[in-house]
Amino acid sequence: MALLDYFLRKKEKQVTTASKAKERLQIIVAHERNHRNKQPDYLPQLTEDILVVLRKYIQVSDESFSINLDNKDGDLNVLELNIELHDDQIKS
Amino acid sequence: MARIIVVTSGKGGVGKTTSSAAIGLGLALKGNKVVLIDFDIGLRNLDLIMGCERRVVYDFVNVINGEATLNQALIKDKRVSSLSVLPASQTRDKDALNKENVGKVLEELGKSYDFIVCDSPAGIEAGAMMALYYADEAIVTTNPEVSSVRDSDRILGMLASRSRRAELGLEPIKEHLLLTRYSPKRVAEGEMLSVEDVEDILSIPLLGVIPESQAVLKASNAGEPVILDTDSDAGQAYQDVVDRLLGDTVDFRFLVAEKKGIFSRMFGG
Repeated sequence: MALLDYFLRKKEKQVTTASKAKERLQIIVAHERNHRNKQPDYLPQLTEDILVVLRKYIQVSDESFSINLDNKDGDLNVLELNIELHDDQIKS
Repeated sequence: MARIIVVTSGKGGVGKTTSSAAIGLGLALKGNKVVLIDFDIGLRNLDLIMGCERRVVYDFVNVINGEATLNQALIKDKRVSSLSVLPASQTRDKDALNKENVGKVLEELGKSYDFIVCDSPAGIEAGAMMALYYADEAIVTTNPEVSSVRDSDRILGMLASRSRRAELGLEPIKEHLLLTRYSPKRVAEGEMLSVEDVEDILSIPLLGVIPESQAVLKASNAGEPVILDTDSDAGQAYQDVVDRLLGDTVDFRFLVAEKKGIFSRMFGG
């Protein structure tokens, strides 16, 4: 029987489970990467605008300012704005 | 400047601790000063794989809290004097680590070590983020299996967005793919993702392929990292990984199944 199997196996070059796995992974990984990298187009301009407004009132260096749009697994998005201020920057 | 290497994966049980132990010991055997840090707060295990579980007095969190000095907490390996282990704490709460205090410990260690190998906990929670935050390089440990590959891709996303290098806009973390529990026979039979498949999906450079091997369980039973088992396929594959990390070009081994003789093929077996 093993002999028979050996010759028959040559023919069954069909879809293997490994190739199924690869195909499924390629789709899901591409999908998830897309989701991950989706930063809205307006973010750079928004950052600029916020900085302009802030600088009307306080001194803010580029390093002490960060903006981040985070997707918290699902529908909830959080726009996070971080501004480091030292004591002397608060007083006008 | 020490090279800070995180061994990470997302998914649990793929071989992070086994790999950290083998690679850390291998780097030390090559004459480097190496410290292995267990970041799995609450689930310490690196000590067991390294065979130093009975010598743990103080741990990472004790150092963070100022209850012990680094020198008190570091366990010097009995086999290689240039290797030390910093064990994770077993009982303390997970929030003990933060960027600031971990950064201080790494900075201190960086003064006297060539390599800092961080064994990450599984998952994508705070502990795993802490382990990868300061990394210069990441060894993404992956099994040729769908859930492991998917989780590895998520970790790659974290490396690119949540690390110190990402936050400061520095050169990104250097990523390495380490494929573990690889079975060339099952790959040949179309039952397992091949090296090329995983490389295609994750598209990061391949650092090593560790074959599925009985030597790994034996090594952890004995508390002797598998790289010391120089007769075993897994031990030799980890040695190749260490050589590649040190800049050598080494051909990949154990990628094809040993051929069965025509006799056993005809009559089964």
